[in-house]
Formats: sequence, C-alpha cells, structure tokens
Amino acid sequence: MIAEIGRYLVALAFLACIAQTLLSWRGADQGGRSGAARAGAAAAEIAVIAAGAAFLLLVISFIRSDFSIAYVAANSHVDKPLLYKISGAWGGHEGSMLLWCWILALFGLGLARIGPKDAALRARAVSFQGLLSTLFFAFLAFASNPFERVFPAPIRGADLNPILQDPLLAIHPPMLYVGYVGLSAAFAIAAAGLVQRSGGRALAGALRPWALGAWTSLTAGIALGAWWAYYELGWGGWWFWDPVENASFMPWLLGAALVHSAIATEKRGAFPGWTVFLALIAYVLSILGAFLVRSGVLTSVHAFALDPERGVWILGMLGVSAVAGFALFALRAGSLGEGDGFEPTSREAFIGANNLLLAVTAGVVMVGTLYPLFVDIMGWPMISVGPPYFDASATPLLILAAALMPMAAFMPWANGGAKPGLKQMRAAFLLVPVAGVIIAFIAFGAPVLAVAAGGVGAWALCGAAMDVGVHWKAAKVRAARLAVTGRALAHAGVGFIALGGAADASRPPDIHRALAPGESMTIAGRSLTLEEVRRADGPNFMADRATIRVDGRSVVRPERRFYPAANQTTREVGLGSDLRGDIYLSVGEARTREDGVMAYEVRAAFHPLVWMLGLGAFLVVMGGGLALTARLMAGAPARARAGDGVKAAGTADAAQARAT
Amino acid sequence: MMLKAALMALALQAGQPQLAPEDEARAQAMMREVRCMVCAGESVMDSNAPMAQDMRRYIREQVAEGRSDADLRQAMVERFGHEVLMRPAFEARTAPLWIAPLVLLLLGGALFFTAMRKPRTRA
Repeated sequence: MIAEIGRYLVALAFLACIAQTLLSWRGADQGGRSGAARAGAAAAEIAVIAAGAAFLLLVISFIRSDFSIAYVAANSHVDKPLLYKISGAWGGHEGSMLLWCWILALFGLGLARIGPKDAALRARAVSFQGLLSTLFFAFLAFASNPFERVFPAPIRGADLNPILQDPLLAIHPPMLYVGYVGLSAAFAIAAAGLVQRSGGRALAGALRPWALGAWTSLTAGIALGAWWAYYELGWGGWWFWDPVENASFMPWLLGAALVHSAIATEKRGAFPGWTVFLALIAYVLSILGAFLVRSGVLTSVHAFALDPERGVWILGMLGVSAVAGFALFALRAGSLGEGDGFEPTSREAFIGANNLLLAVTAGVVMVGTLYPLFVDIMGWPMISVGPPYFDASATPLLILAAALMPMAAFMPWANGGAKPGLKQMRAAFLLVPVAGVIIAFIAFGAPVLAVAAGGVGAWALCGAAMDVGVHWKAAKVRAARLAVTGRALAHAGVGFIALGGAADASRPPDIHRALAPGESMTIAGRSLTLEEVRRADGPNFMADRATIRVDGRSVVRPERRFYPAANQTTREVGLGSDLRGDIYLSVGEARTREDGVMAYEVRAAFHPLVWMLGLGAFLVVMGGGLALTARLMAGAPARARAGDGVKAAGTADAAQARAT
Repeated sequence: MMLKAALMALALQAGQPQLAPEDEARAQAMMREVRCMVCAGESVMDSNAPMAQDMRRYIREQVAEGRSDADLRQAMVERFGHEVLMRPAFEARTAPLWIAPLVLLLLGGALFFTAMRKPRTRA
C-alpha cells in the first residue's frame, strides 16, 4: 500500500509543480501580489509536502525492508545496518532523483517565502523554479519511479554497493544535491529578471545569497566525496579528474565565479550580463553533471546505476532548461545595462581575472571530459583523457587564480591603484614566509607544479591573515566584520588546499610488500610492523583485520572485507594520522611467498600534510556560510546602499564592500 | 573464477624486480600515466585488477632495463592503442584538446579587455 501512496504523492507533486509554474506566471503578470501569485506559492507548498511525504515513505520502506518495491530490493538487504538501510533511500538512481526533486520543490517554496523583495520578480522566479521542478518530477513519475513493484518479491535484497556503505556517503549526496539544485534558484531568479527586465545590479543582489548558499553546500558535498574517495577507494587519491568528479567540478567552478562576479555587479554594476549568464549556465551544467553520472556515456569509477534511456530523458531536461535560459538571455541581455570600464589594478579587474581563470578552467574540464566521447562519435581510435592532461591544463590556471586572490581584497574599486593596496598589505614582508615554503618544497624534491602550488598556498594564507588584520578594524558594523572574516576564512581555505595538495603531490613512492606476521617495513622514516591478522566479522560482511604497529607505538588496523550479499571484496584502509601527515595502509589476501611463508600483501603510503586539505575545505565552507550570514544581516540592497553613504574612504571601502 | 584470478595475481607478483628508489619513482610516475585497460578509468597504479598488476610488473621490468619513458609509452601504445595513455599525445586528432585551453583563454581575455575599456559614466 505504501508504494501506491508514494506513487500517488509523486504524481500529486508533479501536478502541483505545473500549477506552481502557471499560477505564479499569471501572478507575476499581475504584479506579484494577486491571488494567482498566492495560489502559486500554495502550490509550491503542496509540492514540498507531497514530495517530502513520498521521500519519507521510501525511507520507511527501506527501514521495513519492503522488497516488493524493486528499488528497495535492488539497494538494501535484511542484514544491513539501519543507518545504511536509511541512506539506501538516496543511494541509488530512483531514490536520489526523488531527493533531487524534493530539494527542487523546497527551493521553490524558499523563493516564494524569502525570495527577491520585488514581488513580481519573486513570483516570476517561483514560476521558473516550478518549470525546472516540473521537468524533474516528470522524469521521476514517468521514467524513474522509485515505488515500482517487483513480483515475486525477493526475500533478502541485493544490497547496497558495499563501498557506499559508509557514514560519510550517507550525508554526501544530500549535501551535493543541495548544491547542485540550489543553483536552480539562481537560474530561476536570473531567468525571471530577464523576463521582468530587471537591471543587472538589482538582479545580482537578488540572486547572490542563493548562489552563495548553493555553492557553499556544493563545496561541502564535493569535499566529503573527496574525503570518502581518499579512505574508501583504497589507493589514497582524493581527486582523480574522473568524469563524475569533473561533472561536479564544472558547476562548482562556475558557481565560484558567480559568487565573486555577483559582488562586482551588485556593488559597482560591473559584468551584469556575465553574472546573469553564469547564473544560467551553472545550473545547466548541474544537469549536464546528472546526465554524465546517470546515463553511462562515460565510464567512471563512480558511475552507479547506469541506464542509456534515462540519459535521453536527462538530455531532454537539459535541452529545455538551456534553450529557455539562453534564448531569454539572447533576447533580453540588453536590459541588464552596461558596466563601467575600470583600471587594471582595480577590484573589478581582479574579480574579472578570477572569473576569467575559473570559467576557462571549467571550459577546459568540459573539453577534457567530453573529448573522448567526441572521438568515439567520430569513429576515431579511442583515447583516454586522464589526470596528466588536467594537471597540465587546468591545474596551472587554478594556481594562477589563487596567486592573484590575496591581493584582490586590497585593491580599490574602479580607479584602482595597486601601490597603496600592496603597501597596506605589506606584500614585500609577506614574501619571506612564502619564499621559505618554496625553498622547503624544492629541498624535498617536489615536482615543479607542487612547488608553485605550495608557494601560492603560503601566499594565500599570509594574504588572508593580513586581510583580517587590516580590514577587521576598519569595518564599522557587525555584518561588515562578519563579511571580512568570511572572505578571509574562505581564502585561507584555498591556501590550505593548495598547500595540502602540493604536499601530497610531493609524497614518497608507495611501497607494496608481502609481510608475514612479525615482519617490518619502512616508509618515510617510519617502521611498520605487522603484528597479527585476525577475523573481525561485521553484521553483513566477513573481514580479516591486520594490526600494524607504527614506530613501535601507535596501532593502525586496515581490513579486507567480503560482502557475501553483493559478492564483493573491499579494502578498508587503516590510517595513522598526526600533524606531519597520514600513514596509509591497506592489506591484501594471504598467500604463500617465494620462501614458502604465509604473507599478506601490505600497501603502504605516506600522505604528508593531507589534513590541510580537509581543514581547507572546512574553512571554505565556513567562509561561505559567514559571507551568507553577513549578506543576510546586511539585508536588502536598499539598506546596504544607505550604508555605503556613511562609510569612510580607503580601507573601510574594501571591508564594507564585501559586507554590503 | 576468483581462485583463478588469485592464482594469476600470485604468479604475476612473483619475480617483481626491486628497483632503486629513483627508478621506482620513475616507474610509479609511469604507472600513473598508463591506464588499466580492463578498469573504468583507473591507472594501473590505482587498480588491483590482475591486468594492472601485470602491467605494473612490465613497467618495472622495462625501467629496470633502462628503457626511456618515451620508448615505454611507444611500446604501450603499440600493444594497447592510444587509449592506454591517460595523457593523449599531441597529434591531429587530439590537437583541439590541447589548443582548447589557449582558445578559451584568448576568448575570455578579449571579453575581459572589452569590459575594462568600456567608457566610465561615474567617477
């Protein structure tokens, strides 16, 4: 019965989204305060409640292990721990699409409640959000029904892919989806603004908080995914330039460009067309990401639940969204107004350079990800485009962007003038620690790119510290101080990521060795002794757990697991972490060595300073959150402009700029 | 089947040459550039598939014999096709891939300069 109710609720939400689209459109025509506008908002509420209830029913079906539902049978198992039964609800295709739809509906309701101040613009945005939701709810209702029955019902279920049975992976998809889908709100506001002929500045102010929130969540989602890949996939990588990762990285890069260009547009009216274009394309690339992940056109270590037919559906949704958005843009971009010119040493120029580099990087990632597909279509001999290509093309652009970043906060708007800014920053003084880090990396024999990234990381950290030191005092109101802190934290986060990435790229070679209990090996000056290997079975797996002592003190316990339900073997990595980095150990099966002794294949790696990557991502997310809070505290653009009048010239300019 | 794979892995792992540290680093760098042909986009360094182990052993042997990286790449391509290299070589059919970043930079740069050179309406 639950499945039938769930299916009904999905259909109801689909209809509510159609009503939301049409009623809000009519409401916007009537100025945004009419009965039709209110009815559109009510429809958005119905869609949220219906989709939320459907999602809840799916979770309940997982808890009850109702294997008469095909999706539950395919992604759960009676023996699975409760947490992973629940997370199974969004661990596969249909369930994750239901989650996607629900979040779309939630953002629709969010726009209706706390959307743009201009009532007509708000109703129009709710209508566009309704259109985007309608597309995905149709996909859910007609091609991805999570409540499809299966007969006869299997007794035990097929189990969720064991490598997805992980606490981080339980929260990674929701985070990621809030990010992806959150960008839809920026799309909806941008499209609505084009219809309403709003000016670029007002529009940038209206969409900036939504873009900031979505991008921050996307950052957290990607970071959690990278962390998971680091310890779960078993070879210590955290970023593989894999098609699925690239699919999330493209909207992230454009989102990062958007949250910066929107500042310049809101405050100075610079880049109005570009900001709106970014808001449109960032969400279109989110759908492209869903297409790449779900359609199976690209093989990937992360591509779960592949189905070409679904690919055609997603391509259709991509087409409708892109055509609607870009046609509007082509027709109405003129109404956004023109930005003023600026000097090469102005804040606008630095934000422009940031956007240039981030957008070109996104373009490079897109070309690299799709090129094998193009080669395949042309019938040419297949090629692979992997990490070495992206490290040669995309990474240098990102390092350059990070190198410019610390100075941006010290550049005045419009007329520019680098000298006072750099003096205030005491840039020459900061070069000492930067040079120190560069020399240290060279001394460790790091690759060229890692030396550059390390130096830039140190530079960014110094710049962020200086940013707070100089601008905190100058900021008069709490919101402005919060904004300065947010900016400095996020930029320091970039610095830590660059440093951590550089250190990890300079790590010593991995060591594989067959060890018998009692034997030792050495990596990065640390001795590892295999003490014993024992059976350590879990609720739904069998495991061999090795005990490896590091330097005679701490103990690391990697495992090798076999999940009978999924008939899959996984390696659970053992990590020994301290401030210098992680000892990373995985253990293979027992076999007889050449000398006739039973031994276990142990793979050991040392990942120096890898904690900096996690800390950096955390700081970027915190910084994004603070900037959003500051933006909401500062309130509507009208009040912010009043604040502009009283601010002092010079240093306060930079601080206030971010706050307003 | 699993037993067979395990046996194969065992046979292949035996007799891996032990390399000097700098040779091992070169071999591992090469392993990161060579794709495991039976896996989904993993390098032979990252994969635990028997074929990846086979290729790791092959690379170590070749490095031990003092073969240059370029020679080794050529040998891989002859055996497995261009798909084996994670960094495509520069040639007619991959040229757009390598030129694209420059074209995008030029286009974006042009947009940037247009925006910068616009007339000022405010002080």
